[in-house]
Amino acid sequence: MELFHDVKIDWLGKKWYFLGFSLIFSTAGLISLFFWHGLPLDVDFRGGTVVRVKFAEKPNIDRIRDAADKAGLRDSRITQYGPASNDEVLITLSLKETSEAALDQGRATIVQTLDQNYSTTGPQNQGKLDIDNVSRSALVSWLQQKDPEHLGADSDAAQTRYQQQADAVLHYRDDLHSGLVASVDNLHGLVDPAVFTALQQGAYVSGFHFQGAEIVGAQVGKQLQKQAILATLYSLAGMLVYLWFRFELIYGVAAVIACFHDTLITIGAFSLRNQEISLTVIAAILTLVGYSMNDTIVVFDRIRENLRLSRREPLDSLVNRSINQTLSRTVLTSGLTFLTVLSLYVFGGEVLRGFSFALVIGILIGTYSSIAIAAPMLVAYQDWRAQRGKAAALPAAKKARV
Amino acid sequence: MQKNLKTKTIVILAFLVVSIYGIFGLPHGVSGTALKDALLQRINLGLDLKGGTHLVLQVMVDEAVSSATDSDVGALQADLQQNGVTGAVVSKPDPNRPEVIQISGVSTDHTADASSILNSRYSGNYDITPGVNGTWTMTMKPTAISQIKQSALDKSIDVIRTRIDSFGVKEPTIEPYQLGSYQILVELPGIDDLGRIKDAIQSTARLETHEVMGGPWPDRQTALQAVGGAVPPDAELLESIPGASSEGSTAEWYELKKIPIWGGTDIRDAQPGHNPNTNEPEVDFTLTAAAGDKFGDYTRNNIGKNMAIVLDNRVREVAVIKGVIRDQGNIAGGGITEQYAKDLSMLLRTGALPASIHFLQETTVGPSLGSDSIHQGVVASIAGMLAVMAFMLIYYRGAGVNADLALFLNLVILLGFMGYTGATLTLPGIAGVILTIGMGVDSNVLIFERIREELRAGKSPAAAVDQGFAHAITTIIDTHVTTIVSAAILFIFGTGPVKGFAVTLTFGLIANFFTSVFVSRVIFDALLSRKLHGEPISI
Repeated sequence: MELFHDVKIDWLGKKWYFLGFSLIFSTAGLISLFFWHGLPLDVDFRGGTVVRVKFAEKPNIDRIRDAADKAGLRDSRITQYGPASNDEVLITLSLKETSEAALDQGRATIVQTLDQNYSTTGPQNQGKLDIDNVSRSALVSWLQQKDPEHLGADSDAAQTRYQQQADAVLHYRDDLHSGLVASVDNLHGLVDPAVFTALQQGAYVSGFHFQGAEIVGAQVGKQLQKQAILATLYSLAGMLVYLWFRFELIYGVAAVIACFHDTLITIGAFSLRNQEISLTVIAAILTLVGYSMNDTIVVFDRIRENLRLSRREPLDSLVNRSINQTLSRTVLTSGLTFLTVLSLYVFGGEVLRGFSFALVIGILIGTYSSIAIAAPMLVAYQDWRAQRGKAAALPAAKKARV
Repeated sequence: MQKNLKTKTIVILAFLVVSIYGIFGLPHGVSGTALKDALLQRINLGLDLKGGTHLVLQVMVDEAVSSATDSDVGALQADLQQNGVTGAVVSKPDPNRPEVIQISGVSTDHTADASSILNSRYSGNYDITPGVNGTWTMTMKPTAISQIKQSALDKSIDVIRTRIDSFGVKEPTIEPYQLGSYQILVELPGIDDLGRIKDAIQSTARLETHEVMGGPWPDRQTALQAVGGAVPPDAELLESIPGASSEGSTAEWYELKKIPIWGGTDIRDAQPGHNPNTNEPEVDFTLTAAAGDKFGDYTRNNIGKNMAIVLDNRVREVAVIKGVIRDQGNIAGGGITEQYAKDLSMLLRTGALPASIHFLQETTVGPSLGSDSIHQGVVASIAGMLAVMAFMLIYYRGAGVNADLALFLNLVILLGFMGYTGATLTLPGIAGVILTIGMGVDSNVLIFERIREELRAGKSPAAAVDQGFAHAITTIIDTHVTTIVSAAILFIFGTGPVKGFAVTLTFGLIANFFTSVFVSRVIFDALLSRKLHGEPISI
């Protein structure tokens, strides 16, 4: 099977369409960046508190906000996390409410207020153990204290036995049911009868499970921003130097401008969708910059090879031919990488959503830019030089030729 | 040719076996759970997959500098006194610059003595600048300052490590945090509820006794007024807990002498105990011999005066010195529970933190979140891999099988690397594996496309394969090197999860270079050796 046998597309002829397309998307992105959503930064860059909570039933956002207000957290933002079927919510507190003196105060308050004001089971459960949120060590201590099997509260035998029981409960809760137990009765059969009775009497399920939190003080946020910027600058600089080394400066400049275009459109896409940019997203963008450069190198390699072989062919048609010759390889490699990245976007879950989104957009745009931006730029440069009366040949190798 | 092929095949099989060992070790069975257990033993999972807490702490190293200059002030005062230089006032004029000490009030006939003391004993760590009328300014040297700061960081790490160990956390990580200055990175796998550990990390646990110079006053304003509007340079105003001076008293303010009678490292041991009379929990501590002597002398000479026991800058108890106290003491009252007594004794035993600790960042991943992430990552990997493998089979037919085998081996070797190096697999790391699958198969595409081109140009299959590999190899090296350099930059500048991504991407590409160039070639050669000369290959 062969998809690209004997292609003869006039790429350069379409360069105005390409330019238009790029302009539309870049401008849309820029407008969103400056006037609409701005640059949406994830909590690890902007600081603040984000608590992720999963609910047993569909979460009532208004009631959650109510609970947060009751606890004095005025500036909270409650958003659905992931597909609605997940019943997960992100509770975001701004940097103001995250004081470095008591960094996890906000998180503790949220868990407490949900328990008091949202949990359907109400105040009769004061003092009981919440199965949905208990940690392993807390559960083991509770069992040791209650000692339902009368093994002696501090004995080693008690500790081993109760650790085993706790692990069984937590395996059921965390590995099999994503952190939520529907009712204490469901634990029947997983633990010894005596332990089960103790749990029935002394424990309850609050209906929400604290999945995780990220709490970032202002200082760390700024440090990370600096790191991200440094990493990006080093990457771009490194690329420019490498390309200059391997080709001539103009090739380097054209490739870097193409990468810039890719990054701008990708970040614009994030802004348009109001998707937050975290450090892993920056990692994805840098990876794609490398990937896009590879693509561009393939085309440039072929252009250079053809320039050496045919000196009389007009540049337009030579570049077209080069692109057509490499089209098969370009589309196939990008397509295959795109398949894997798409699989990551669809199946990879919410935590990697930003990362995979960056890769999906980036690979499409990266391939496009090698053909639509970098190559025409070479020709444009050469036309500009011709207009100013300089030597007509595009530099193909380090040695100057007239 | 045949023998060469055999050796190469053996090499490939060897890599396969070694990698599988790297991934699984020696599992105790071949069932699904046995393999899964073996896998989890070998592959080191990051916090985002295992569940746990990640902390970034700031050591307030300026406090350590301040303590050092405080004790130098005390020592200098004692030195000057002993050498007959009376009336000298040694102080730290600017609280924002704790490294500066000022001496004033030295009369002209003692100037020479004072000068010689300063120069002989303090010029090592301080730059001494004389001023007019018997004054001097001492500024700590930058090298001395950074030494103090660095050792405060190191000591804090040691103390925190000991404290965390006492909680039985499995394989914690406690190390300097590279992205900031004097910051500590703590990773506690499996802990998603900080609770007592947080207090243990943050509590400076500095226990000291100070001479009481004035008080009690109901609040800071009154206290400040009583001492004349400003805190004297050798004193400090501290608040007490309720019940410090007598049963039922409220929180009050005292003026205490800044330099403690004994404190911090002078404590040799601390154990939880019970009051012999009331059986209430308390902490019994023992001082070192040297501190015990000093304390004994002090109490002998100061019977009738008040002294205060201060814990973490709160006055816990104010008592009258009734007799000589040597090296035993206790902390009681203030509502101590059994648990608190146990925790506090542990903190005192591990030693005080040289400076206070601020929490800068805290990331918690619950265990259910970790499980979900692994599940999603694995599903995405399998889906991606199947999609790619299917495509290669359809598009390249026979050669597609070649590519798929190479891809599979690529994955196995990558995981083997992870197992052997103990590198941490994070969620972005799993994404890196998926990306490797996509980028890796590119190499095969390059080679196969070139082979097709050569075949079209009329070359024989053997020659086409040869040329295909020869021409494609430079581009393969190129793309791999550039992506690995990108990954290296990410590794240098990134934090934990991003580092994990850089690692799997790099290992994946290295493995891919081996499989797409060497292994694919061997498979082609094996295939060609079975065919007659000129018989077409399936590509």
